[in-house]
Amino acid sequence: MSQDGPLILLVEDEPQLRRYLRVTLTPHGYRLLEAVNAKEGELMAASHHPDLILMDLGLPDLDGLVLTRKLREWCTTPIIVVSARGQEQDKIQALDEGADDYLTKPFGSGELLARIRVALRHRNDPAAAPAPVFQLGDWRIDQARREVSVSGRQVHLTPNEYKLLTTLVKHAGMVLTHHQLLKEVWGSVQGAQPHYLRVYMAQLRQKLEVDPARPRHLITEPGVGYRLRTE
Amino acid sequence: MEPKRPDPDDLLKKVQEEEARSKRARLKIFFGMAPGVGKTFAMLQEACIRKTEGVDVVAGVVETHGRRDTMALTEGIEVLPKKLLPYRGVQLEEFDLEAALARRPHLILMDELAHTNVQGSLHVKRWQDVTDLLDAGIDVFTTVNVQHLESLKDTVAQITGVIVRENIPDTLLKRADQIELVDIPPEELLERLKEGKVYVPEQAQHAVERFFRKGNLLALRELALRRTADHVDADMRRYMVSKGITGKTWAAGERLMVCINSKPGSASLIRATQRLSEALSAPWIAAYVETGKHIRYSDEERARLEDNLRLAERLGAETAVVQGDLSTADDIIEFATGHNVTRLIIGKPAHPRWIELVTGSVLEDLVRKSGDIDISVLAGRDERDQPKPAPPARKAHLPVLAHYIWGAVTVALLTGILLPLNRHFEMADVVMVYMLGILVVASRFGRWPSLASAVLSVLALDFFFTPPRFSFAAGNLRHLATYVVMLLVGLVIGNLTERIRAQARLARNRESRIRALFRLSAELTRSSGSAAMAESAIRNVATQFQSRVSIFLPGAGGRLAPLSQAKDKQPVGQDELGVAQWVYDHHEPAGITTDTLPGAKALYLPLQGAHELIGVMGIQPVVELSGRMEPDQRHLLEAFANQTAVALERAILSERNRESQRQVDREQLRNALLSSVSHDLRTPLGGITGAASTLLDDQGTLPEPARRELLETIHEESNRLQRLVTNLLDVTRLESGVVDLVKDWVPLEEVVGSALEHMTGQLGKREVKVDLPVNLPLVQADPVLLGQVIINLVENACKFSPADQPIEIKAWATERSITLSVTDHGPGIPEGQEEHIFEKLVRFQQGEARPGAGLGLAICKGVVQAHGGKIMASNRASGGAQFLVSLPLGQTPPPPPSEE
Repeated sequence: MSQDGPLILLVEDEPQLRRYLRVTLTPHGYRLLEAVNAKEGELMAASHHPDLILMDLGLPDLDGLVLTRKLREWCTTPIIVVSARGQEQDKIQALDEGADDYLTKPFGSGELLARIRVALRHRNDPAAAPAPVFQLGDWRIDQARREVSVSGRQVHLTPNEYKLLTTLVKHAGMVLTHHQLLKEVWGSVQGAQPHYLRVYMAQLRQKLEVDPARPRHLITEPGVGYRLRTE
Repeated sequence: MEPKRPDPDDLLKKVQEEEARSKRARLKIFFGMAPGVGKTFAMLQEACIRKTEGVDVVAGVVETHGRRDTMALTEGIEVLPKKLLPYRGVQLEEFDLEAALARRPHLILMDELAHTNVQGSLHVKRWQDVTDLLDAGIDVFTTVNVQHLESLKDTVAQITGVIVRENIPDTLLKRADQIELVDIPPEELLERLKEGKVYVPEQAQHAVERFFRKGNLLALRELALRRTADHVDADMRRYMVSKGITGKTWAAGERLMVCINSKPGSASLIRATQRLSEALSAPWIAAYVETGKHIRYSDEERARLEDNLRLAERLGAETAVVQGDLSTADDIIEFATGHNVTRLIIGKPAHPRWIELVTGSVLEDLVRKSGDIDISVLAGRDERDQPKPAPPARKAHLPVLAHYIWGAVTVALLTGILLPLNRHFEMADVVMVYMLGILVVASRFGRWPSLASAVLSVLALDFFFTPPRFSFAAGNLRHLATYVVMLLVGLVIGNLTERIRAQARLARNRESRIRALFRLSAELTRSSGSAAMAESAIRNVATQFQSRVSIFLPGAGGRLAPLSQAKDKQPVGQDELGVAQWVYDHHEPAGITTDTLPGAKALYLPLQGAHELIGVMGIQPVVELSGRMEPDQRHLLEAFANQTAVALERAILSERNRESQRQVDREQLRNALLSSVSHDLRTPLGGITGAASTLLDDQGTLPEPARRELLETIHEESNRLQRLVTNLLDVTRLESGVVDLVKDWVPLEEVVGSALEHMTGQLGKREVKVDLPVNLPLVQADPVLLGQVIINLVENACKFSPADQPIEIKAWATERSITLSVTDHGPGIPEGQEEHIFEKLVRFQQGEARPGAGLGLAICKGVVQAHGGKIMASNRASGGAQFLVSLPLGQTPPPPPSEE
């Protein structure tokens, strides 16, 4: 095991899931710390300063949401929450409280590794200094010149659409809740009607995606928000 | 006469009574002949003994009247605090029944059983409180004097000259498990009185002289002794029955009947009959024959009649109202024979004999026509001293002045016609014409106007037509005879017509009553559902009795709640609800016109069905009733209540039945679900376990492709399991009715996109053509659930069409709705099954067994319906199945403002 491998803190009470994660993540060079409940998790986060925290929302002693809030009071470590299907509200709340991404049980290893990669990338490359030119598949987004092109063809975006796209780019690979997007693009949630977001996303898809109905990059996370998929 | 063998049913009843007796609360009465004999003292003595034995004794009401030795006995016994009731500006103390019931002692002491409670108490009489206490399982000691017994009222009045007003029903004495006679020689009592040791209330001071005479006391003492002996005799008889000892114990097998009317003497006749029935151990009926006369009764008479009926009930008679059609005697005998009466009790006639020449003698008729029935004629007592009962509000049919005027006018008219034609007519003809006039007046206006017009006719005849004309000279004897005959004719016809009209009125009344009942019954039959029935019952009763009506039905835990109310929708007060609750708990009516809580605003009747008490009906007359309801009104009201109760019972039972049926259906569904699900869960699990164990057991001998295949099996089957579990969870949520839609404005495009994204693995190489117009309006929906619908539909399409055939997803919008269609190129839906496929657990075996529990489409339907939309399936003409989901479009939100 490489000493330089990122340290991941697992806060998970189910032993099978812990085993699965251990078995999956270790071969990819990640070091693992395991906590079986929220209290342990908090202590370990404080004492070991992990690079990433994988947290189950359904912990026995404390609601995952509350733990997220508590952690965010003092640490900026990326947090990925794990929850079951049908608990969109919990996910949204966790994301709004400061979690960076989420995974829905049961998840495949591909998804798991992708999310971890994205989260770590953002940590190591804080959004403070983004690359001026962002490339994704056929897309080319030049933030310095405010130009967007698909397969070389320039696409005209309205200011709001552009803002929306760049916000997604800023958090490329990670999910953003409706709330977060509205705040970033429109400033306040009150300033805009929530459905504006849908409309603009639809417009972006129209303009940028080959098949707007089956987007490759502008992914909808049903009930939660949107994600710019990078892999 | 040889003694009859006991009736086995009777025997069984007695044995059951005996059993019931041994389990229920015990009543011990300390009985005495007069105040001052020491009943309270004796009661307290025994109470103290019980207390030392460890019994939980509480003094409910003990009147010590300041006597030191009595008061000494009360030490050590817990006294229940009395409650204060305001009465005419003063706070009076009274026994607190609710507190006693809450306290639940083993034994409670209640002095002076015949006491009337202060206004505002639950019951009017203390003996009613005692009954409640006994029903609650609390033993009671009580004291009472012999003069308070209902059945002995007249006898005591005869002896002492004092009419006792506070009475207790004899049934209570029968209920007593023990009667202890507290007896002292009259001389001793008189001594005590002189020494001032006997308490006499202020108001009775003047009667003391009359009451406490040695002769009186002796007679009262004998009464008391005899009563106690009767009780012992009854006990003895019960004992003999239970031990099977025969002897002079069997009842004569008689059945008595007494006729009630509104006359004052009727009450004592009733009591005399009760005593006779006691002596003969025979059941008795108190019947009232309803002829036309009662319509003309004064308020006082009506009230007395009602009182007499209630008295008979209290004394243990079965009461009946006989519809009189024929002569009174025939009606009575018909009823008596119909009810196997063996002896008729009637009172001695009070009127002089000559009247019988006109009206006939009922007694005579009865004696002659009674056949096998014995007749006993008893002397009644005229109790003019009875307190006047409160009269109801009712108008009587009195002849109006106008009728008399009409009578006079008729005579005048006839005179006017006849006078000028005098020459052509004989006297006899004139008389006939006047007769005709009298007849007409009689038939139209009744007895008194006809008599008046007869008199006027006679005068007119005398004045205008008999010589000497224009004078009132008598004329000869012949004319006198004519005059008399005319008067008699007028009287007789008037009487006849009066009776006919009265009967006609009676018949009309009866008809309207029956019609009202029929109307109610017809409406109830037509209504379905307890709510509708209650509504129609309320309406009918309200109209018929001019009142506000409400029905109370029990909810959870037996607490009543008003079901629906009269049109003015006044909320029912807590007090009224309390009264209704009492009626429900005790199965007895309460409220105005009853003895329990007469201060309530309305009358509350229990609605007794065939199997159980359904609820309570409250009737509040719009015009305030001041104390009484007439017997026929009361009977009609009870008939209405019975009808309502039976109908409601039917409705409630059928609703319960339906609910049970629904529960059974749910159970069945659950069972079916369980069995199918367990199969569907086991199949993939089997695959997974098998593959996994093979891989585990492998020592490296398995070739790589095989390993790969096993791993893929595990992956696929796990996914299948995952989908199944998803479906099961959705179905469970839908079934339980908890579908929490988190609605949001969603573009259909996104929902379809994410659904297809989710199914990437499943779809594999399958082509899915998506055709969604660009400006499809946003739809209000739960994105996750709607996504699941699309997933299920596409999955379905995959299952039922070959892998090389595409699936098409289209959508379009109209003004009101947005429709999504999912079509495949498979064999389509079997004929006639288009609706059926949306039911749970429906699968089609086509070729190989299709995986899946058959829940997917049912979930789609549930979710779509929860959104207020519709889903339907059909076959396309070009082949393949088409599923259409339409969702309503609400107010589309305004688009964001243009930025450029």
